Amino acid sequence: MKSLKIAFFAAFIAITGCATHDARILGADNQVELRNMQTRAFDTSDKTVVVRNVISTLQDLSFVIDKADTDLGTVSATRLVNGSRVRMTVTARLSSSGKSTIVRANAQYNLKPIENPKIYQDFFSSLSKSLFLSANAVE
Amino acid sequence: MKKMKYIFIACTLAMTGCATTAPENLFQTSETSLQDRQMQSRFFETKNEVALLSAGVAVLQDMGYSIDETETKSGVITASKTVSATNNAQIAGAVLLAVLGGGAMSVDSEQQIKVSFVTIPSNLNNEGYLARATFQRIVTNTQGQVTKAETMETEELYVEFFSKLSKSVFLEAQEI
Repeated sequence: MKSLKIAFFAAFIAITGCATHDARILGADNQVELRNMQTRAFDTSDKTVVVRNVISTLQDLSFVIDKADTDLGTVSATRLVNGSRVRMTVTARLSSSGKSTIVRANAQYNLKPIENPKIYQDFFSSLSKSLFLSANAVE
Repeated sequence: MKKMKYIFIACTLAMTGCATTAPENLFQTSETSLQDRQMQSRFFETKNEVALLSAGVAVLQDMGYSIDETETKSGVITASKTVSATNNAQIAGAVLLAVLGGGAMSVDSEQQIKVSFVTIPSNLNNEGYLARATFQRIVTNTQGQVTKAETMETEELYVEFFSKLSKSVFLEAQEI
């Protein structure tokens, strides 16, 4: 009887464990955490250089660029590897002090948003190598 | 024993019920990343980035692509085309299967090819720009299902592309 209960419980999780409709449209409820892992500051006031390096970093990671806007600082790209699809948007904007450029990246793997800090860390470490600047956390 | 089986099935369901999450090494640069970069890039000795970009647009037009997006300030052009993806070997296989009474087999029918062409000032040489092209494609079969979604990494493709681009740069310079 007890094992049946466990089975029932597991099946229940299987059905309800996925995100609800609203969460799929509005995103998960972890705004602060997401911003932390998706954002880094670089000590340069030259946004164009940052945008160009974002583009070449994305190309190094086998992305094909979909759109880029230097004034707004946005770059969107898609990667198709082994039948999986990764969509990514990277934005670069000047910080309020004007001394550093803040870069935010967010990506989606197939049908799910990427919420693993390690994956974003890898992206920012490639970007900082390409920029010859260190990636700083944003307070 | 039977109960254990149910528990096992239910637990697997619980674990796999949602869409697969991204693998941890998703954004780690691959070992071939540097080789890929060399294969996909060429150096052009010019101070005129816009001229290089417009030669890129022209060569993409030569190859039958339509331009989707251009951004001169950061040197990006994206283009795409949808063409046939039929290959004779696959069709022969399907015909053979049909003859042997195996019923209709779907074969690849079309592919959407997308390319981004990017120029960047060279770090090593201030007198020129690097041009880098990357191609990807999505292949669908006769039933409309996606059979392939991949980055194209054959060397010949890039050699051919850049030889066309060199010609295009020359033609633009000569205003032909």
